[in-house]
Amino acid sequence: MEKLGKAVGDIVSELGPEKGSLLAILLAVQDASLESYVSEAAVNEIARLLNTSRSMVYSTASFYSEISLMPRGRHIVRLCINAPCEDAGKEEIRKALEKELGIKLGETTSDKMFSLEGVSCLGACNMSPAIKVDDKVYGDLTPAGAVRVMRELKEAAKNEHIS
Amino acid sequence: MRSIDININGEVLSVPDNITILEAAKMHGIKIPTLCHFPDQRVKANCRVCVVEVEGNRNLVASCSTPVREGMKVRTNSARVRETVQTILELIFANHPQECLTCIRNANCELRELAAEHGIREIKTDMSTPLLPLDNSTPSIVRDPNKCIKCGRCAEVCHQVQTTGILYSHYRGINGAITPEYGKTLAEVACVLCGQCAAVCPVGAIHEKDDTAAVWAALENPKKHVVVQVAPAVRVSIAEEMGQAPGTIAIGKLVTALRRLGFNKVFDTDFTADLTIIEEGNELLQRLKTGGTLPMITSCSPGWVKFIEHNYPEQLDHVSTCKSPQQMFGALAKTYYAEKSGIDPKDIVVVSIMPCTAKKYECTRPEMKSSGYQDVDYVLTTREFGRMLRQSGVDFKALVDSEFDNPLGMSTGAAAIFGATGGVMEAALRTVYEVVTGKELAKLEFESVRGLEGIKEATVDLDGLPVKVAVAHGLGNARKIMDKIKAGEADYAFVEVMACPGGCIGGGGQPYVTKKETRMARMDAIYQVDENMPLRKSHDNPAIKQLYKDFLKEPLGEKSHHLLHTHYQKRGL
Amino acid sequence: MSTFRELDSYDRVFNFGNYDSSVSLSEYQQNGGYEALRMAIGNPKQALEEICRAGLRGRGGAAFPAGLKLKMMQGNTEKQRYIVCNADEGEPGTFKDRFIMNHIPFQLLEGLTIAAILAGAEDGFVYIRHEYPLAQETIKRSIAEAEAAGLLGDNILGSEFSLHLKIFSGAGSYLCGEETALLSSIEGKKGRPRVKPPFPIESGLWGKPTLINNVETLANIPSIIAKGSDWYRSLGTEDSPGTKLISLSGDVKRRGLYEVPFGTTFREIIENYGGGMKEVFTLKAVNIGGSSGVVVPPEELDCPMEYGKCAERGITIGSGAVYVMDEQRSILGNVHNRVHFFLHESCGKCTPCREGLRQVNRIIDRVIEGEASLKDIDNLERFTRCMQEASFCGLGQAAGNSLISSLKYFRKEYENSCVDCVEKTAERGELC
Repeated sequence: MEKLGKAVGDIVSELGPEKGSLLAILLAVQDASLESYVSEAAVNEIARLLNTSRSMVYSTASFYSEISLMPRGRHIVRLCINAPCEDAGKEEIRKALEKELGIKLGETTSDKMFSLEGVSCLGACNMSPAIKVDDKVYGDLTPAGAVRVMRELKEAAKNEHIS
Repeated sequence: MRSIDININGEVLSVPDNITILEAAKMHGIKIPTLCHFPDQRVKANCRVCVVEVEGNRNLVASCSTPVREGMKVRTNSARVRETVQTILELIFANHPQECLTCIRNANCELRELAAEHGIREIKTDMSTPLLPLDNSTPSIVRDPNKCIKCGRCAEVCHQVQTTGILYSHYRGINGAITPEYGKTLAEVACVLCGQCAAVCPVGAIHEKDDTAAVWAALENPKKHVVVQVAPAVRVSIAEEMGQAPGTIAIGKLVTALRRLGFNKVFDTDFTADLTIIEEGNELLQRLKTGGTLPMITSCSPGWVKFIEHNYPEQLDHVSTCKSPQQMFGALAKTYYAEKSGIDPKDIVVVSIMPCTAKKYECTRPEMKSSGYQDVDYVLTTREFGRMLRQSGVDFKALVDSEFDNPLGMSTGAAAIFGATGGVMEAALRTVYEVVTGKELAKLEFESVRGLEGIKEATVDLDGLPVKVAVAHGLGNARKIMDKIKAGEADYAFVEVMACPGGCIGGGGQPYVTKKETRMARMDAIYQVDENMPLRKSHDNPAIKQLYKDFLKEPLGEKSHHLLHTHYQKRGL
Repeated sequence: MSTFRELDSYDRVFNFGNYDSSVSLSEYQQNGGYEALRMAIGNPKQALEEICRAGLRGRGGAAFPAGLKLKMMQGNTEKQRYIVCNADEGEPGTFKDRFIMNHIPFQLLEGLTIAAILAGAEDGFVYIRHEYPLAQETIKRSIAEAEAAGLLGDNILGSEFSLHLKIFSGAGSYLCGEETALLSSIEGKKGRPRVKPPFPIESGLWGKPTLINNVETLANIPSIIAKGSDWYRSLGTEDSPGTKLISLSGDVKRRGLYEVPFGTTFREIIENYGGGMKEVFTLKAVNIGGSSGVVVPPEELDCPMEYGKCAERGITIGSGAVYVMDEQRSILGNVHNRVHFFLHESCGKCTPCREGLRQVNRIIDRVIEGEASLKDIDNLERFTRCMQEASFCGLGQAAGNSLISSLKYFRKEYENSCVDCVEKTAERGELC
């Protein structure tokens, strides 16, 4: 709890305690979290530091798709579910990913490394179907290609330093 | 601002150029339906029920948020508008429980009224009634999220006016909900139970907890001696609840009505309001003399007390230790009155009629058992009182006047004005002035603390000793005062805070709909009641003098301390 | 009459260079970059005239005249103003802004700077969606480089003009592409749209006058200033001068981003730029304008891409997304995907959009499962009309476009899915 408090405090001092910084603060707190989410303790601390109500912070956090108020995996695999990707074979990609990760869309792996989510149009329609993992977009995917990407990421994740 | 001509439904009308189509229509007696719109609140334009046709616009526009323009041609009743409004209402109903017959708002639901007005006879869509749990977690307010139509009025009043920030709009789209964060119940967050949300809700999604069944049961129980106390604000509100104009004074009638309901004794909270002035006035003087914590802040508003307990727990020493008149009454009813009447206090049931939802919570506080029993057993809001009267078939208008019972029924004009913002301050000043200066007040009215301005400040001259006071109503204004106190910038001696805008006459349990005009009408009536009373200063009340002589002995004495004073809890957020 | 005309390099508004990388500042300047900024600083009045005369319209979808917006900004007396670049490209099927930000960031920054100078704004934000991390990184880096080179920050190129730009990340909300929702988002709130009037020009970010423009719109400005409005108007048509970046995807041979002069027909876009159909399957329908756009049959494709003509035919150019569907594709499936998208992205503020989409989605689900009735189709039209006419903002108003257009052109597909179809069509004497 104390460690979390410090992290939130640092982020707020860096980005500024103005109410306009709230979205940036929420994204930064989420990025700093090992479970890719904004905890209730963080919400309360942000509200306190910004001198605003908890409901105000929660309201902003709960509105946006890319901010999670529930714990997730360290890496978020986002599968584009819009029409161009759907027609180009997104369902086969989904099945392949679900099988490879052993979870269904919307779930997190038991080792808390990966979560699989749908996302609204990645703007990669010229190379659909596409997925985004953390900060990288992978396009022109086949089911095999998607599995290859996941296996490479799993390998890289194994070598990650867990503090 | 100048005058322009616009055309509504073929009629050329002259209107100011700085208003909306909705306002322009209203000015000329053209009614456009609304739902999320609420006077005194910012325009939301959510419900879209007020849409109209404007020539030149491809789509319909919301009349509540569209300003008029020279030469604008508006149609409010074309087939296109009617069809669209009907579809919108149908869409709302499709997601709304069909419980009109048994709903607490069936007599005055704004959605039901719109359905009637717009001839909705069939709902041709999928009905999908949600099944969300009710929030029954507090003694004061019930939330039924299934009935919520997402108009946003409650969130607006909670955030903008009361600044408690409890109810807010979360999530997105069809998952959107207006609730506390994390789906918590009101008891799990710092809700102060002021009930302003219930006061503005157009449907049955938020309402007071109805305690009438328990009160009926007590009245039916031959073993129980049921006494009732009536708040100052109720005497200028109950006639309104029963269909008369806002601000109609009906003191004598309400006493008769209560007797008809079967109460054994009809007493008056105004009696203990006078008592509060004596105790609190003395407390203030003691703090002034002995360097106690200043400013002292009033404590009769339980919503305000809960607010400071949550939000400014470090400043609790400022709050007067006096209980509210309601609670002082309860304590005395089960001790002083029990003794005098020879009735066993365990058989006395104390009911209070209040404009307030927070008082339902106040009477359950663990500190409120000084008599050895729960001092006040049940609290009914003005709305519930009206419900009981209608259920009894009382023709309120035709009732003959009668008087409150003794020994807890006599009061002065100073007590009556407790119901309005500035009233407690004025009543206290009337007594403190005469006690401190030893002189009689030439003019009893302190206009500087009256009226609807959010924060009122005044410097009162106590025969050469200037005393700075402040009055705040609505918790947003209370917060401003508290921030000043916290920063060490408040040089007041005494502050009155009432949680509800307008004071108790604007309380969460008052008749629908409370807006600025109704507040002003009820406030004017309160000052009228004061003017009409033979005695107008609390310390002149002979029954109070008798109470001290026979029972309490002296203000702030041991008995007072035990029965009439309380302490607070540092709750935090 | 063929209006197809391949643009030569001089006639291009955008020069993307090598798609594998981002055009560096030095490369950009070597090819004439930042000349326009110098000209605008030297003669701002002339610069505004050029933009007005060029007839540049907003490229995000609303198509509001850019020059007029700038003039209105100049009409303010308020000193503190803002410029906001709307890079929240969320319209499904669209990727033009991503390309601009990733490959020619300085063309965007130059256009943005010129617009800010003309609007009198010294502070600005580039609101980039969270789903474009590379664009965020590129623009952030480019802003720093531009500042180091005196092309941003205080006293740009030694002039009295300043512009302090920051990027602002979105967090996953299509609706934040709507200008007032975008402002709410920057202010730290939910991305819900606000009541208009007042318009952002008058009262925008924190109540101050704010100029909001789409990435492509701003990126048009350097070419207009440098080569003049006469040159710009020689491209495109009288009604719609200039070019549009078309995001072409779907069942075509060459998916990609194409700079197309206005006046080119949609058929020409698909065949001449896209290389025609990818496989042997014939063209069934084209979605123009993304999910808030329309679905049209091949017969409509000879309509030239021009605001006036398209409006007459009920075709929405919008963001310029053109999505091609061959005979294998299901119109119903496509529409289902699109209305489901809006259900997920609706903010929930107003009744027609929130409740309308709830009902519409339920009905479409039933249609797809073959369990709907013809009465349901009537309801679909009724609710969509209500959404179009009475929603608070553009999302609700446009959410039903794909539905309405597909009902108009492909009604059979809906009716064939209905349980009572057999009876009704038997009445009409048709075969199902």
